Amino acid sequence: MVAMAGQLICECRRKFSSGFALDAALEIPDGVAVTVLFGPSGSGKSTLLRALAGLQPLDSGAIHFRGREWTALPPQERRAGFLFQDYALFPHLTVAQNVAYAATQEAARRAMETFGIAALAGQHPRTLSGGQQQRVALARAIAACPDLLLLDEPLSALDAPTRVRMRQELRGLLLTAAVPAIVVTHDRTEAIALGDWIAVLIAGRVRQTGTVQDVFRRPLDPEVAASVGVENLLPGEVAGRESGLVTVRTNGTLIQCVDGGESGAVLVCIRAEDVGISRESGHSSLRNRIAGAVRAVLPEGPLARVELDCGFPLAALVTAQSAAELELRPGDTVSAIIKTTSVHLVRH
Amino acid sequence: MDWQAISLSLKLAFSTTAILLVLGVPLAWWLATSTRRWKFLVESVVALPLVLPPTVLGFYLLLALSPRSPAGALYLRITGGTLPFSFAGLLTGSLLYSLPFTVQPVAASFAALDRRLIEASWCLGVSRAATFRRVVLPLARPGIATGAILSFAHTLGEFGVVLMVGGNIPGVTRTASISIYDQVQALDYASAGATSLFLLLFSFLVLALTYSLQRRVWSPWPAN
Repeated sequence: MVAMAGQLICECRRKFSSGFALDAALEIPDGVAVTVLFGPSGSGKSTLLRALAGLQPLDSGAIHFRGREWTALPPQERRAGFLFQDYALFPHLTVAQNVAYAATQEAARRAMETFGIAALAGQHPRTLSGGQQQRVALARAIAACPDLLLLDEPLSALDAPTRVRMRQELRGLLLTAAVPAIVVTHDRTEAIALGDWIAVLIAGRVRQTGTVQDVFRRPLDPEVAASVGVENLLPGEVAGRESGLVTVRTNGTLIQCVDGGESGAVLVCIRAEDVGISRESGHSSLRNRIAGAVRAVLPEGPLARVELDCGFPLAALVTAQSAAELELRPGDTVSAIIKTTSVHLVRH
Repeated sequence: MDWQAISLSLKLAFSTTAILLVLGVPLAWWLATSTRRWKFLVESVVALPLVLPPTVLGFYLLLALSPRSPAGALYLRITGGTLPFSFAGLLTGSLLYSLPFTVQPVAASFAALDRRLIEASWCLGVSRAATFRRVVLPLARPGIATGAILSFAHTLGEFGVVLMVGGNIPGVTRTASISIYDQVQALDYASAGATSLFLLLFSFLVLALTYSLQRRVWSPWPAN
């Protein structure tokens, strides 16, 4: 028998008549509380989640959870609670009956208390708000004592204000439940707010896994970089290295970053929120300071997206307040400030 | 009024409805969920009685049920009797003739069910059979009630198949509709009128009761 290091190890392959092929290999290490399956729509993340639940038949592959083979087991025997996008509460049953559907009365009562829905016990699902329905669905899944929770876009059915609130709450609820969870989302903010560990899916394949911080800061290739929202991807060439810093020439401009051993043609990845803007010029060894002209200032709620022309296009995401204080107007010349630790290189 | 014929009609309608529920609900489930390529063939066969003249159905049934056919011979060997011109034969004809009236509304309500509710139940560890009983049947109840009422009403009013397969034997195969036909042929308009009025009122009461009980959900052919 092969030694199983991770809590979940799977390889799922399935070809669909539409031409889409899922070919995902995933390994989630022990001790990870919340894993995020992240990717654009159509990348196969929901299909992979359904395969893990036993709802999606596979052409080939294997699924092991905690050393137990799940591949041929029907959903009933996997003990994986599934949260559907629209919660799939039984409409003919009350909240209490929903939660107790596959649980003892005692477990149901405890789950309803944990999720703060005891007061809704006698109501029918259609009378509940989206946030309440989600709590009922979670309580129903937890009451059945699953070994793993699978959540398919759990926040997408909520209205915007509720979504923001539940984004904060959901992680707390999942940790309270003390059951490892796998959450599908295409939303970066949700991925960061919910996940410890992330798997990025693109076109049916798992392209990168790691901690959320790591994958978002250091994508392995341009496609992953684009999908995790690294807005600035600049082709360049390694021009030199000294004392732990590497210098990259990109369209005539030199950018310094922490040396990770790259050489030759690279792609410089900089997240827009890591680009600061200053009206002062000057020099610091820890920071890149690049002169550029403001092309446009686009308000995005509490943030403002500033598009610069530094000889190459560069996007910066600053607070609306600082954008106002700097009085940025198209045509102004400013300095873009980027920490050397915020620049990441990908082989190109 | 021909009470014997009326009670025979009611007995036939109740038996047909009860048996059709037992056979039709699983068949409807298969039709609603199967992905077999040849499913359309089964669908067409089930729907045939809707378009066939009852005499055509009756004619083939008569051939199929006769002691010289394999099915008829088997029945003869098991029960010692023959199917044509017996209540059992009449029941067989009614079952086939009313099958689509049970299966179609039930299949429509199964097909309208949110598939995720079923999957949610499976993922909670509940078996397929228990999921069917605890989720599918309660949610499809309006469709099942519709199918039962339609089959009952349809059997009560059938004429052609009964005449072909059952003939006209008082107490055995002479149903209310045949009895009315006989009475009119004999120019006994008073008796025909009484039996007709009874059937009319009875059918109306059954439908009215159903409507009042399921006012919000009942419709003879559910949407989609």
